[in-house]
Amino acid sequence: MAGIDIEGLATVYPNGVRAVDGLDLHVADGEFFALLGPSGCGKTTLLRTIAGLEPATEGTVRIDAADVTRTEPGKRGVAMVFQDYALFPHMNVSENITYPLKVRRVAMATRTATAERTAGELSLQGLLERKPAQLSGGQQQRVALARAIASQGKVLLLDEPLSNLDARLRLEARTFLKKLQRDLGITTVFVTHDQAEALALADRIAVMESGKLRQLGSPREVFARPANTFVANFIGSTPMNLLPGTVAAATGEVGAVSVAGGSLPATTVSVPADAEVTVGIRPEYLTVASGDVTGPALRGVVVVAENLGTQSLVTVDCDGTLVGVTVPEETEPSPGTAVVLTAPASRVLLYDRDSGELLARQPTPVAS
Amino acid sequence: MASPSAPVEGVAPARGRGPARDVAGLGVGRAFGFVAPAFLLIGAFLIFPALWTIYIGITNYRLTGVEAVSPSVVGLSNYTKALNDALFHNALWLTLVFVLGSAIIGQNILGFTLAWIMRRTRPAVRRTVEAFVLLAWILPSTVVAYLWVAFYDRDGGTLNSLLGTQGTAWLIDYPMACLVVFNTWRGTAFSMMLYSSALQAVPPSQLESARMFGASGWQTLRDVVFPHIRGHVLTNTLLISLWTANDFSPFLLTKGGPNHESETVPVYIYNVALQGGELGYSSAISFLLLIANLLVSLVYLRLLRRRS
Amino acid sequence: MTPGFVLRRIGFYVLICAITLFFAVPMLWIASAPFDSSPGLGVHWPDWTLENFRKTLEHPYAMHSMVNSLLICVTTAVAVTLFAALASYALSRVRIPGRDALLYGLLLLSSVVTGTAAMVPIFVMMFQLGLIDSRFGVALVMTGGLLPAAIFILKDFVDAVPKSYEESARVFGASTGQILRDVVLPVARPGLATIMVWAFVNSWGNFLVPFLLLRSIDKQPGAVLMQTLTDEGGSVNLQVLPVFSLLFSIPVVVLYLLVNSRYGFRFHGGIKS
Repeated sequence: MAGIDIEGLATVYPNGVRAVDGLDLHVADGEFFALLGPSGCGKTTLLRTIAGLEPATEGTVRIDAADVTRTEPGKRGVAMVFQDYALFPHMNVSENITYPLKVRRVAMATRTATAERTAGELSLQGLLERKPAQLSGGQQQRVALARAIASQGKVLLLDEPLSNLDARLRLEARTFLKKLQRDLGITTVFVTHDQAEALALADRIAVMESGKLRQLGSPREVFARPANTFVANFIGSTPMNLLPGTVAAATGEVGAVSVAGGSLPATTVSVPADAEVTVGIRPEYLTVASGDVTGPALRGVVVVAENLGTQSLVTVDCDGTLVGVTVPEETEPSPGTAVVLTAPASRVLLYDRDSGELLARQPTPVAS
Repeated sequence: MASPSAPVEGVAPARGRGPARDVAGLGVGRAFGFVAPAFLLIGAFLIFPALWTIYIGITNYRLTGVEAVSPSVVGLSNYTKALNDALFHNALWLTLVFVLGSAIIGQNILGFTLAWIMRRTRPAVRRTVEAFVLLAWILPSTVVAYLWVAFYDRDGGTLNSLLGTQGTAWLIDYPMACLVVFNTWRGTAFSMMLYSSALQAVPPSQLESARMFGASGWQTLRDVVFPHIRGHVLTNTLLISLWTANDFSPFLLTKGGPNHESETVPVYIYNVALQGGELGYSSAISFLLLIANLLVSLVYLRLLRRRS
Repeated sequence: MTPGFVLRRIGFYVLICAITLFFAVPMLWIASAPFDSSPGLGVHWPDWTLENFRKTLEHPYAMHSMVNSLLICVTTAVAVTLFAALASYALSRVRIPGRDALLYGLLLLSSVVTGTAAMVPIFVMMFQLGLIDSRFGVALVMTGGLLPAAIFILKDFVDAVPKSYEESARVFGASTGQILRDVVLPVARPGLATIMVWAFVNSWGNFLVPFLLLRSIDKQPGAVLMQTLTDEGGSVNLQVLPVFSLLFSIPVVVLYLLVNSRYGFRFHGGIKS
């Protein structure tokens, strides 16, 4: 088992596109690590550069402390599962799983034993003689995983592992994948464009944009404290409210920002008064106040309520600005109702209006 | 933008070009090795002959005689000869008739008609008709030629028995008409298949809305179908014209006779080169054919590019 | 049903029948004459016999020419498939400098340099190389002529094969040789089979090249022998020719049906028989 160290890595395509642009990253031994970003952000290129399928233009890649930047993919000790699984259509499941061993000229008996053992671990018993075309999508995915595991690489790379499954199967496979990674304890890097998938699976997430790292952190950090408005926009199943605001005079620890005709409490220690900022607040962290509110709050009128299952997304018109807030099911105010919205200061994030970077050294919310 | 980081203490910096860029690790060197045999053969048996026609075309090279041993360069005299050669003009005219009659009109129209009426016929009928049309296309050319020689025969030929015109020597009396009918029969399959797949690309919703507006069959064809397949019509016409102009099968039916009445350019080239032995002159004519082919192909490739 | 509708239906079927007859009638002869005891050039119900087949098998050159055809066409088909496979794979997977120009040139070549346009220089070249009257020479010329189109069809096929097959084998440590043998070759097999059949059928029907380059009757393939027999004329040949035409057509039709049923007829626009 091994860690991955990436320093100053850049991958430039022949057409001059810098798909990966000067990246530093450390993946710890045994970690389940997600590369997350919109399509074209360079996450897949980064994964392929770690695998050696794309040559690095600058920088180094180390796996288990050994520099593999110029090493052939087959000699890096990596195992990879491709987005389309790349199961060889002319080989049956058993031959597919043991192909990495066949390449290394491992004896037939050992190969058969490995195939049976690995198939057992991934509940593929009884399918060993089938061709890939005779398997369901979920089974194909497990064969691809089995093949990667059988190759006994030091690190496991997964390219969009769940994207080829239909929605219902995807949840099941997600659970299966997380448990498998825990059991094997193998360093795993996976690529995804689905923020929910990254939040659910990964120990740590690297959010990328245009070949650059925009935030690196645990799912909780990335969700609760996006480092910039790009990440804030990208993470979360309901979009974060990003509203123009102005910092009010700070009075002690907790100050306030004027926003959308009202104000919200915010930790403004290091932000000068009257600074123009972008205020970020997740709909989940806003609450519809019942009764009188004395502190900073937003006042508005409900425009529309959308049912999301166990909760509803309510859009509130606050002095011409639309603000989203989630409420538990069956408590939605009907459109036209006047409401008051409040939020805890620790959940109100301030971003630089121009650069979009997170301002203020606000204390990290206590991870409970 | 980060520069390559300095090598870490104790870990030697990696050297070399790194893994090959392509998926199988072939590398550019071996890739050239893979491509080389094919291109050597193509170069030797396709490109070189094509270029060599230019040289032979300006000599008085002959199959036999003094000029066979030591041909001399005669400049453009072969081309000036072609300008005044009545038989060459005749061959050009006949090729034009052949292409216009059998390809541009015959194969095009029959192929489209077949594709159009076969859209909604029963599968059994469709398969039977298509089988015959395709068979005419895939049978070896000598077999096909012999079938038609028998069909047109003066004494026992099927055509004469069908029409009750015993004793009419079709291939001698009407050689070009015979060739046009023959080549229409031979090549329609291609146009039929091309138009079939083109017609499948016409959105059914548009055909249905045309029907709902009460458009007649002809109006539907003109206003809905044709705008969709215009590119295909052009592509098809260019290709079948090219092939027909270069088709050697007229030789198998008539050998250009009687008295040059069916001597299209390919047959004329053969007769001049191997019957007459005038290799230099026939090369000059071959070169003109190559240029014509090139022009048509360039137009065709332009069309392909614009569509893709 | 309006009378107009009935009339249209009738007209429609009359048209279909007429077209079918146009295509079928010239072919009837090849179905009847081989089995007729007194074969003529016209189509009539045969007076059944297999005598013509015996005559054909005894003919000094008939069966021999089939062997010649087989020899020439198998050589051509194997050479075309092998060289086109190597070239198309490299062109599809490796960014060779000048690749696009190369492909464009190929496409142009395949339609511009036709057998008829190049027959004189090819004849002269083979004449000077001493390859006139050589079956190997015929196979070489046909291979050169078929290669551009073959490379094009195969490259399309290889382009459609996901690159992740090779990439995954490569990540698992397979060498280039192993990747080609274990992954690429088996995956490309349908394409290779199609191209081999295509090359075989094409060279089988090719008349011009062997007609131009072969002199001795004992080296002639079937396509040329038929012409030789036709030129001779005579009643013996009316027994031999129909049978020979039938036998000579069978491989082409069988191979066509085989490819059609196994891989489905893929219509390659721009690539003719």
